[in-house]
Amino acid sequence: MSPRFFFFLLLCAAALSLGFGLVSGSLPLAPGEVWSALFGRGDSAAVEVLWQLRLPRVLAAFCCGGLLALSGVLLQALLRNPLADPYILGISGGASAGALSAMLLGAGLAAVQLASFAGALLAIVAVFGLGFRHGERNIYRLLLTGVVLSAGCGALVSLLLALAQGEQVKGMLFWLMGDLSHPEGLPFAWIVLLVFGLCATLYSGGLDVLAGGQGKAAALGLAVGRWQVALYFAAAALTVAALQLGGAIGFVGLMMPHAVRLLGISAHRWLIPLSVLLGGSFLVLADTLARTLWSPLQLPVGVFTALLGVPFLLWLLGKR
Amino acid sequence: MLQARNLSVAIGGKVVCRDLDMAILPGQCWGVLGQNGAGKTTLLRTLAGLHPPQAGAVIWSGQPLQTIARRDLARHLGVLPQSEGGEFWGSVLEYVLLGRFPHRASLFGYSAGDERIAWQALAQMELAELAQRPLGTLSGGERQRAAIAQTLAQQVRYCLLDEPLQHLDLRHQIQVMQVLGKLKEEGGALLMVLHDILWAQRCCDRVLLQFADGRVLHGAAEELLTRENLEALYQCPLREIEVAGERCLVPGV
Repeated sequence: MSPRFFFFLLLCAAALSLGFGLVSGSLPLAPGEVWSALFGRGDSAAVEVLWQLRLPRVLAAFCCGGLLALSGVLLQALLRNPLADPYILGISGGASAGALSAMLLGAGLAAVQLASFAGALLAIVAVFGLGFRHGERNIYRLLLTGVVLSAGCGALVSLLLALAQGEQVKGMLFWLMGDLSHPEGLPFAWIVLLVFGLCATLYSGGLDVLAGGQGKAAALGLAVGRWQVALYFAAAALTVAALQLGGAIGFVGLMMPHAVRLLGISAHRWLIPLSVLLGGSFLVLADTLARTLWSPLQLPVGVFTALLGVPFLLWLLGKR
Repeated sequence: MLQARNLSVAIGGKVVCRDLDMAILPGQCWGVLGQNGAGKTTLLRTLAGLHPPQAGAVIWSGQPLQTIARRDLARHLGVLPQSEGGEFWGSVLEYVLLGRFPHRASLFGYSAGDERIAWQALAQMELAELAQRPLGTLSGGERQRAAIAQTLAQQVRYCLLDEPLQHLDLRHQIQVMQVLGKLKEEGGALLMVLHDILWAQRCCDRVLLQFADGRVLHGAAEELLTRENLEALYQCPLREIEVAGERCLVPGV
């Protein structure tokens, strides 16, 4: 089956998942009601719920899933490693440590966001400075630096969890597992996704060459050093945008590119749009289940990304 | 023409080549021989413009290599590096198509002409049947042939190859040497790092001996490939034997 076929299939999947997200919730809405509410007609409560709660939430979930998947694609091309995901270089570790510190101090939502942003930036600069500054860039050094920093941040997170008490712990766990209930800065995140997604697709030929090996890429006329720096910062920006939107949601960034590759597609001009569509649809589905399955209780979405994704991927792996 | 002028090459503070003056002319095939760690790969990378020289310059058609855009250079000068680790997820065909990257006109995808050239290169390396297989499922020798096919698809006149025969069985060694020989006959030029004296004698008209202390000898193959020179180069005893009028050097153990 051609990549084009999968592209249209995933476009439909995206539309379906968004629709599913819009109709489900504690106030059940029929598809017809959703449709009229979208244009501001019908029941005012329905319009309110749809425009204030559900639409921002599904759009945030889709965007977040797309950001994570794109970041995963770029990092896997940069590191040429199947285990690379948006969190492997310690960016989420830094963000988590920052966010949890702010929570421990009893800061409000805005301060927590700011602290997580600062923590992520610190991690990005530290990994780049320690692992990537030399003329002869060594990808393994970058990877190891990131993994070491992640481990350090993990310890710090455990310490903060141990120091926290009662209600605080739950908020922290939600942040760590991912939570899409406060989609702040949604338009900005969409702009990041669209701009980076478009640029990455336009430069997909270079990504293919880079994925074929550094030495060969240089021989084929690619400015490898510049590409690596650009990819690192692009992936970092995407990860930060995703973290700001939904916290550290696992599994999506690692697995969506692999799922698309298991369909037999590895050329980046298709891998990028397909991964973004798949990641977005998948996260909308996971988030909708997370908020409706035990309603009114909301569960962390990260639990569902793994619970849904792991069996699916094991099945795909077994089929190949 | 690819020229080294007064070239000195160093890596990690160690000088691996001192004051090299040479010119690779169309129709020539150069063999680079030396011990492990003598700096053959670094010298090759320097000649390709992928490693900065310590002193002197590499000149391509009268212009210093650094002043030429890498993509333009990659249309004329090909490099086959030693195989590197890491994953490539695409098919053999997609891998070979990457060789068309420097020639590609559109930003998006490869043309039918590019695909045809890639298929030709695959056929030359007897890989057409494996074209749709993921590269990762190939054996070491098949991967090496895929890498050579990629370089062939690049359609360059000059080619620098780092151990082109690694992992290859005898039949495919012969095949690769024949295909590369054709490049030379068509007015191209080759420089290859080799470990097999026999192939250097058979295929190279010029050789470059790179000694562990950074000294470099180069010249006509039949003059330089003597027992004395190679014993000094490899620091081991060699024996000269003659088979059917052909002089061969074999390990003297």
